[in-house]
Amino acid sequence: MVAEFGYGVLLITFVLALYGIGASFFGVVRRKNGWVDSARLAMLLTWPLVTLSALSIIFLLVTNHYEVNFVYQVTSNSMPFYLKVTALWGGQAGSLVFWSWLMSSFASAVMLRKWERDREFLPWVIVVALTTLAFFLALALFFENPFIRIWQGPTGNQMTAMFQPAGTLPVISPDGHGLNPLLRHPGMIIHPPMLYLGFVSFVIPFAFAIAALVTGRTDDRWIRLTRRWTIVAWVFLSVGLVLGMRWAYDVLGWGGYWGWDPVEIAALMPWLTGTAFLHSVMIQEKRGLFKRWNLILIILTYALVIYGTFLTRSGVLSSVHAFAQSSIGPAFFGFIGFTFVSSVALLLYRWNDLRSDGEMVSLLSRESFFLLNNLLFLAIFIVCFWGVNFPLISELITGQKVTVGPPFYTRATGPLFGGLLLLMGIAPLSAWGRSTLKTLGKAIWKPALASLVILVAVLAAGIRLWPAILGFWLASLVGFVTLYEYARAVWARHRAMDEALPVAFWNLAGRNRRRYGGYIIHLGVVLMALGVIGINLFQTETQGTVKQGQALQLDGYSIKYVSLAQFDTADGKNVARAVLDVSKNGQFLTELYPRRDYYYESQQPMTIPGLRSTLEDDIYVILVDWQPISANGATFKVYHNPLVNWMWIGALTFILGSFVAAWPDRDPAVEKVNESAIVPASSQA
Amino acid sequence: MRMRLFLFTLTLIGGVLLGLVISSSSLVKAANQVDAQLALEPTFTPVPTLSKASTPSDDQVNSVAKQLYCPVCENIPLDVCPTQACAQWRDLIRQKLAAGWSADQIKTYFAAQYGDRVLAEPPRQGPNQVVNSMFYVLIGLSILGGVIVLVRVLSGERKSVPVRPPEVNGVPPSETYVSRIEEDLRRLK
Repeated sequence: MVAEFGYGVLLITFVLALYGIGASFFGVVRRKNGWVDSARLAMLLTWPLVTLSALSIIFLLVTNHYEVNFVYQVTSNSMPFYLKVTALWGGQAGSLVFWSWLMSSFASAVMLRKWERDREFLPWVIVVALTTLAFFLALALFFENPFIRIWQGPTGNQMTAMFQPAGTLPVISPDGHGLNPLLRHPGMIIHPPMLYLGFVSFVIPFAFAIAALVTGRTDDRWIRLTRRWTIVAWVFLSVGLVLGMRWAYDVLGWGGYWGWDPVEIAALMPWLTGTAFLHSVMIQEKRGLFKRWNLILIILTYALVIYGTFLTRSGVLSSVHAFAQSSIGPAFFGFIGFTFVSSVALLLYRWNDLRSDGEMVSLLSRESFFLLNNLLFLAIFIVCFWGVNFPLISELITGQKVTVGPPFYTRATGPLFGGLLLLMGIAPLSAWGRSTLKTLGKAIWKPALASLVILVAVLAAGIRLWPAILGFWLASLVGFVTLYEYARAVWARHRAMDEALPVAFWNLAGRNRRRYGGYIIHLGVVLMALGVIGINLFQTETQGTVKQGQALQLDGYSIKYVSLAQFDTADGKNVARAVLDVSKNGQFLTELYPRRDYYYESQQPMTIPGLRSTLEDDIYVILVDWQPISANGATFKVYHNPLVNWMWIGALTFILGSFVAAWPDRDPAVEKVNESAIVPASSQA
Repeated sequence: MRMRLFLFTLTLIGGVLLGLVISSSSLVKAANQVDAQLALEPTFTPVPTLSKASTPSDDQVNSVAKQLYCPVCENIPLDVCPTQACAQWRDLIRQKLAAGWSADQIKTYFAAQYGDRVLAEPPRQGPNQVVNSMFYVLIGLSILGGVIVLVRVLSGERKSVPVRPPEVNGVPPSETYVSRIEEDLRRLK
């Protein structure tokens, strides 16, 4: 009953979406506002309907309706309530409905804004948003239906179908298969929603961009309208990526956070073009440049959002994360082709109308550095795109599958990321319009001098690896430049407005949150860079089999094997848990408990490392193997990860900066009006 | 002025191109030289020539397994793959090392047995060489594209439009203020 209801509601939503697209087109072509308003209402109505459908799935999940195939695949009796709810996005079919729900939520939120001033954009924003929504609804309805049930025929064969085939009976299993153990980590609960939020919210600036192209509004109005949407989309995508990194670090047992897995790269690619877009829109707002470039970037970002979803959903590339192969690949391919070709065609149609309002005259101007920044981001994107698609191309041409692993990516992107760091250090000091070597030199010499002190300290610490020396120096340069810019502005405000320094600091950030939020984000990147350099260039590891009482040695740390216990838990798993003592230079530091959980229902193991974390480093221990009879000897793999926690601290700083950047500025004009409003009438002669 | 800017840009791009060529050639060299790889991974000592009697340590096995991928699981390095099959393949590496095989020989053996997909980087020979060189063509085209973009932007496509009001004390004209002015102008019309 609930399954039929959920499916029916989803089908109605799909029809409503198609109606909205048609009504919007008709309203624009026939200049009938009533039809456009009707389309807007249709958009708004999709949200409660998709919500009902999603809630139906959740109801089926938490009430253990194992006759529904999706419920059987992703839940089991032993799973706690919260995991059953979050299992909505634990499988392909449910995640498509979740994607649709988020798309409907964001599009409906856009519909609630005041449209009087931007009426001409409305129909096209509706068309783009509803087209995207309709596509994902179609995938859920016709390819990966979360409501299909399991039936058994008279000969005992099992099949899946939405409605009961003739001569069959429903199969109601007493227990489900259970969620993949790797997905039961807290990070994995929130990582997919964050990523989907990032993907979905990038649809909004894209919709406005298409609206601008269709209506011929070649000014920067569409950028101003979507400024906060873009930052919000970028924040969610960034948070999703960072959470994925943390999940990989905690449960995959590699001792690392990023494996250049195709699905990781599929999420990174729209982030790269989205970050380039975030920077270059500022140039269009301030100087009227890069109109075509910004449109190219947002079209590319949207295409990559859909393409990234295609890579992970279609099974064309297998990875740790990817779901089982399905039939939705061709549908995705068709949609990407259609949307990309139409967008590019529109852009070419308006090409001549998109000339820049001004010109770039100085190679050392801020807009020039932003352009270089964009080119570097694009270059990294090209490397990633090639690496992800090379195995496909190679298989098509040579018939042989190949792997493109971390060595290719780190060598190709390392210098490019270094270049980006360098630009982060120089660009904030350059001026809009024109800068000279003299003005830049005058602005940079103090932070550069301070960074040289760090360089000397790095060399004095005995570090001789040149990528590390360069990386630390660049990170310190960016850090000092950012802090210097902040300090200069705070000091100027303190002197001009006679405010105390903390007050000046607060008020300054409040007046231009985008700039100072951006500086905080850059500081976050600096901290993350420290963590990346530490773990990528200085990670050490060792593995060995030791008896109880014996120890493994690594970089001055001693990891002594104390004991191991094996037991079953109430939630259906067998746990082998070791106890280790960690010491350094003879001093006891802590106990660690690496373990291996074996899930009986899914017959899958999961390793959970023992982790000792400090600002200086992590000691990360995996239980690789043990001898079950005597539990006398066990094999451990130990990683020493210097500075890795600066990555997570940097990520938090990054997110804080994003919130600051996205928060609306205090309006100085309104403040002045408010002050003048309290002037007494007698003085207004 | 524009010519100087143009030449400066070309020099800058040329420097980037040279850097890429150098790093590309090191990419090729590093794929064939274990020492170059180990210079970036200071955690492992070079794999020594072992006598047939000594048993390679887990670290020595992992230093080779790290350069291979699981033939079954895809995109999971062999040193961290938790499956029984991967444990057996690591044992195979141990046997080969004990027999005096080098890391390169072991990698070649695995590629011959299970296909090029087990290597962390595609081999630079045969049909893959052609496909791989497409990457460098793509990079070259991208750099060319970047140069064209830079030159076109620097040479300017001017359109006479009023200059935007500059920021005052780092504060851009506020959105509310601009919309109020536009509203007043509309009423005047």
